[in-house]
Amino acid sequence: MSAFPTISSIEDPAHEPIRFGFGRGLVRAGAADDRVVALCADLTESTQMHAFKERFPERFIEVGVAEQNLVTVASGMARAGRIPFTSSYAAFSPGRNWEQIKTTACLNDQPVKIVGSHTGLNVGPDGATHQMLEDIALMRVLPNMVVVAPGDSIEAEKATMALASNGSPGYLRLARDPTPIFTTDESPFTLGRAYVIRAGTDLSLLGTGTMTFELLVAAEVLDRTGVHAEVLHVPTVKPLDARTILASAAKTGLVVTAEEAQVAGGFGSAVAELLSAELPTRLVRLGVEDRFGESGRPRELLEKFGLTGEHIAARVQAVVTVGRK
Amino acid sequence: MSAPEEVDRLESIARDLRRSVLAMLAQAGSGHSAGPLGMAEIIAVMYFHTLRHDPARPDDPDRDIFILSHGHTAPILYAAMAHAGYFPTDELMTLRRLGSRLQGHPERTALPGLETTSGPLGCGLSQGAGIAYVSEHLDRSRKRFVYVAMGDGELNEGNIWEAAMFAAKYRLGNLIGLVDRNYIQIDGRTEEVMPLDDLAAKWRAFGWHTIETDGNSVSGLLAALGEARAVSDRPSAIIAHTVPGRGVDFMEYDYRWHGKPPTKDQALSAIDALEADARR
Repeated sequence: MSAFPTISSIEDPAHEPIRFGFGRGLVRAGAADDRVVALCADLTESTQMHAFKERFPERFIEVGVAEQNLVTVASGMARAGRIPFTSSYAAFSPGRNWEQIKTTACLNDQPVKIVGSHTGLNVGPDGATHQMLEDIALMRVLPNMVVVAPGDSIEAEKATMALASNGSPGYLRLARDPTPIFTTDESPFTLGRAYVIRAGTDLSLLGTGTMTFELLVAAEVLDRTGVHAEVLHVPTVKPLDARTILASAAKTGLVVTAEEAQVAGGFGSAVAELLSAELPTRLVRLGVEDRFGESGRPRELLEKFGLTGEHIAARVQAVVTVGRK
Repeated sequence: MSAPEEVDRLESIARDLRRSVLAMLAQAGSGHSAGPLGMAEIIAVMYFHTLRHDPARPDDPDRDIFILSHGHTAPILYAAMAHAGYFPTDELMTLRRLGSRLQGHPERTALPGLETTSGPLGCGLSQGAGIAYVSEHLDRSRKRFVYVAMGDGELNEGNIWEAAMFAAKYRLGNLIGLVDRNYIQIDGRTEEVMPLDDLAAKWRAFGWHTIETDGNSVSGLLAALGEARAVSDRPSAIIAHTVPGRGVDFMEYDYRWHGKPPTKDQALSAIDALEADARR
């Protein structure tokens, strides 16, 4: 049995929006600890805070379309002993209120949780204004901040519970449209841990958030061509699990990262920083490369940006082939 | 009404705080002069009259909360905290030095007794509202007042008005905003940089009980605070008209003293000016 149970087959996985897991996790966190409060900027159902609002109406605070106030009021509530979860679309929080997050949550060291729903190309038809691609970069440079991009809705529920009790500022990266569920209730989740979810020898595929499932698909495609990829799921981008990543890189000698975000400053950059300092290793970073998104169905956009499992397999195949010549 | 002896006591404390501020700034060689001097009565009244607090127990859960939102006026806050007993007054001379707990702008994690980290403008009223909300709606066992001092230039920030709407919506009667209305900001006169008047009408329109007073008058402040504390169904804004650089004749009303410290010689003559002002 694997140390990290996943679904038995990736052929026909169940789908659910990652944000739904947050909605369930927040209710559980609220039931477990009455210090948990929830603040929303006029997107209560979109961000899945409505279940918490129904269950704990006295602990739900509507702040209106005011993301700067959202985070700073939460900072005050944290000072008064509460554990505030704040939610909006990621394009606006942390997109609009970065300085408030830096000063009043991180420097002020208060356990304010920033929940950014609607990240990545997954937002689809709303287009570039609402497709948050820069959030990983913005959040991971902040001291004290923990940055989590769950791989699916089951993991998002666990991540929400974990952030409720870790005592520090946190960022939780969610997605709107349904994505495949590949973890199980039994899969472990600890903040700061990366997990080998498929063993391999030829290269290491490192995914965060929605991209990990696509890497499982890519590994399957590659396997048929005789390339045996190891797949690491890295839900916590900060702090990065250096030991697990370095062990895999040392074994395979080739690392590929994938994220539904800007490569610049994002997850791939975090891995690049680690490898270049600790274990210089050939590295390919996949994601969005210094451009904005656009309207389209989520799947169409992933295809256009070369981020489906099949596209990733083809891109990796080209690298592996060149590497062997 | 306040007893004349009480007013005298607080005025005397305000002078002591000004003296400390001038010495601190001259020693540090950087920092803001005009704002902290203008705030002396407000801070003296807060820390030596109105606030329920215990310097020996800075985390006392029943304490009132004071937030200095315009953190660049930190020297006057530090002076009051030292004189009140939060830390030794000798430490005031470490302002802005490497390793000092008295950071250039207040940093909560550095110094017990600070409620927030502040300096980037516009955040304090929201944080105060968050604390006031918990006291008013979630943990009614701890009735506390939350006071937030703001600069007038700071009111250019949209975050302030987001907080103003929030506090009115949730009827935060325990939240009291203190606007240091000195009509200066870094680039010049507030009404030239970005006009704020009619400022009282603005706060009233946002649903706040609004009081105007002379912010350099101890008795005026005591009366305004008494009125504000008696209003329980909505937040109160006290627009405290202050003289920037108050007490030092060559600094008063001059926006060029907003962001710079006196030299040591200037500080000595300023302290002399304070003594003369006291005899006036």
